[in-house]
Amino acid sequence: MKLENLTFKGGVSVPHYKELTENLPIEKAKEPAIVKIPLHQHTGAPCEAMVKVGDSVKVGQKIGESEAFVSAPVHSSVSGTVKEIMDMPIPTGLTVKCVVIESDGKNELHESVRPKGKLEDLSSEEIIEIIREAGITGMGGASFPTHVKLSPPSDKKIDTVLINGAECEPYLTADHRVMAEEAEKVIFGLKAIMKALGVDRGVIGVEKNKPDAIKALKEASQGEENISIATLKVKYPQGDEKRLINAILGRVVPSGGLPMDVGAVVSNASTTRAIAEAILEGKPLIERVTTVTGNGIKNPKNLLVKIGTPFKDLIEECGGFTEDSPGKIIAGGPMMGISQFSIDVPIIKGSGGILVLSKEEAKPEPIQPCIRCGKCLEVCPVKLQPLYISSYTLKKNFDKAEEYNALDCVECGACSYICPAKRPLVESIRLAKREILAKRKAK
Amino acid sequence: MDSKAMDTSKAKEVALENMLLVTSSPHIRSNESVQRIMLDVIIALAPAIIGSVYFFGLNALKLILISVASSMVFEAIIQKIFNRPITLDDFSAIITGILIAFNLPADAPWWLPVAGSAFAIIVVKQFFGGLGANFMNPALAARAFLLSSWPSHMASFTGTRPDVVATATPLAIMKYGMGPDTAASATVAAATSASEAAGAELPTLWNMFIGSIPGAIGETSTLLLLIGAAYLLIRKVIDWKIPVFYLGTTFIMLVLLGVEAEFLSYHMLGGGLILGAFFMATDYVTTPVTPVGRIIFGIGAGILTALIRVKGGYPEGVSYSILLMNVATPLIEKFTRPRVFGEVKN
Repeated sequence: MKLENLTFKGGVSVPHYKELTENLPIEKAKEPAIVKIPLHQHTGAPCEAMVKVGDSVKVGQKIGESEAFVSAPVHSSVSGTVKEIMDMPIPTGLTVKCVVIESDGKNELHESVRPKGKLEDLSSEEIIEIIREAGITGMGGASFPTHVKLSPPSDKKIDTVLINGAECEPYLTADHRVMAEEAEKVIFGLKAIMKALGVDRGVIGVEKNKPDAIKALKEASQGEENISIATLKVKYPQGDEKRLINAILGRVVPSGGLPMDVGAVVSNASTTRAIAEAILEGKPLIERVTTVTGNGIKNPKNLLVKIGTPFKDLIEECGGFTEDSPGKIIAGGPMMGISQFSIDVPIIKGSGGILVLSKEEAKPEPIQPCIRCGKCLEVCPVKLQPLYISSYTLKKNFDKAEEYNALDCVECGACSYICPAKRPLVESIRLAKREILAKRKAK
Repeated sequence: MDSKAMDTSKAKEVALENMLLVTSSPHIRSNESVQRIMLDVIIALAPAIIGSVYFFGLNALKLILISVASSMVFEAIIQKIFNRPITLDDFSAIITGILIAFNLPADAPWWLPVAGSAFAIIVVKQFFGGLGANFMNPALAARAFLLSSWPSHMASFTGTRPDVVATATPLAIMKYGMGPDTAASATVAAATSASEAAGAELPTLWNMFIGSIPGAIGETSTLLLLIGAAYLLIRKVIDWKIPVFYLGTTFIMLVLLGVEAEFLSYHMLGGGLILGAFFMATDYVTTPVTPVGRIIFGIGAGILTALIRVKGGYPEGVSYSILLMNVATPLIEKFTRPRVFGEVKN
């Protein structure tokens, strides 16, 4: 089967604005003076701090851990001294306990950071344990602990590992650069995941607007019979994992289900690279590639940054704001990213980008009445009727919103993007989901 | 010194935080707009507007202008009275005005479009909540209102220039002009048409296609309407489903109801079917949003149109078919909810 130009039904074509950074090689960001490392930057249980104020720590040293299975430890990204452990806002919008570490600039490695041996010699259990210990979580945004994904219940037969290199969010090019510049590591990480799951089929899905990444991956995977590269149509939200599975494998993940229900495990490209580094170098997830971009930034860049680096440092490193800026500062891309109150928040494991919109771009447009054009139905990848869910939600009729399958919404924002009346469609559906879930919990 | 420096940096920070806009995603929006869509419809109607002036003379232009102006004035007045924002800038009243005029005969009196606009804008549109909330197509509802209130004015059609005389439309000729039951009709409108239709001859198909035939000013030229329709389809303003299923069903039903082959083309080209199928049955507000619902809407309107024309008392039937399907739209939507991706089959 040829894996070319694949896609899914629905979706919307969004200008990708990637030209700002798509051809810029990854640069190592300046050493941060302080890092703020949140103890809870993943889906699941928060970590408990393993250090106290005044302790000295080294690069890669574990500083937070949890007993819970669905959780991921956090590590220091610098060597230095713990200055504070306190609640602080992070880019997800939550306020969580953060370990503030002042860097001594020496970057001394912790003794736990050492190569873990050859992939051939590692068992499935060992690979999963390395990944867990390295604190690896999904780096595409949701930050779900990777070792949990790699430990499916025994009744779920997994036959394919998909690597998500779609990066369909406009502006962001972090995964793109990782695939183009470190294709070998991505392939290595994929092989590690396949081995951990005992699967002999791996496919990397990349949108066609990244020809250099596709070429690099094809070269790096030459001779790997079990690994193929699938090219995907450029369409939003191609990177949604259920859309990716549908495009590449033609399978439909049931409503409310997980990829494992159809025999697939999906891992983001940057996550896969982190897995490779955890095995090859023993390096936990303490840095990542982040795109700092937008018309509100003087010199957009793809930066390799340490987890915990404040947004402010990176914005300064990229030349600061342009004249008519900042209008909006977004953690992530423009479609699903979270706008920020402050630039003191730190980069976390899920931070694929910092997007700065100019004041002009950020200006909200007036909302008009719905004219029932039906465009929101056309673009919805889940085939919802956003206009009705939204209208019931705005009338606080959450039972009706639930009846219209509000909980199936993946919050991609395609409906709000296309709406000619500029109505807050996904915004209100998000509210409905929260209300419906709160009600269910109360029962 | 130090504390002062800190103060300014803090002040800067506060200022930055006040400047940042924080909203829920998405943070970018497409260029689509209500205004642009409405403007596209007006552009698509332009060839037929020009054609109407060419075929029916300046009186057609006068009627269109009066109709548009009165629609806009009524919209502004009623919104002022209701204390709602005045939304003339969404251009929707302009379209309603044009479509009302398109349904009038060329020698209609000036007050006819004014009365139609008042009914369309005030009663059908604004009483039900304004743009997006009306349950019937305002222009078609106005046509029905005018037809039942002033039937003789609405059915007195003139031929196209240069021979502007009272005459009958091709569909009226087909309905009343031939066969033994001439003039056996129940309504005054039909009677007027019927008396004119008796003994009249059908125009050539070419004249029907380009629009040089008697009829309402905007409905006669299939060619010019199709140019506009093509524009709307290319711009993706309208979905092909309703017009295609509407026209297809009308054709099949006419055949099934025993309409002779030579009259089929007249039926398809005449009686406002093209105008209705592409410009009125595609009105967003009053037609289903669901894909299957749109197909059902088209099929339903097609069946009704053919039934009214062949079995009913009116020669045309497009407007009543669409109006009836407008009313059925909420029900159609209820039964045609798309299956959600991954929904488990019961």
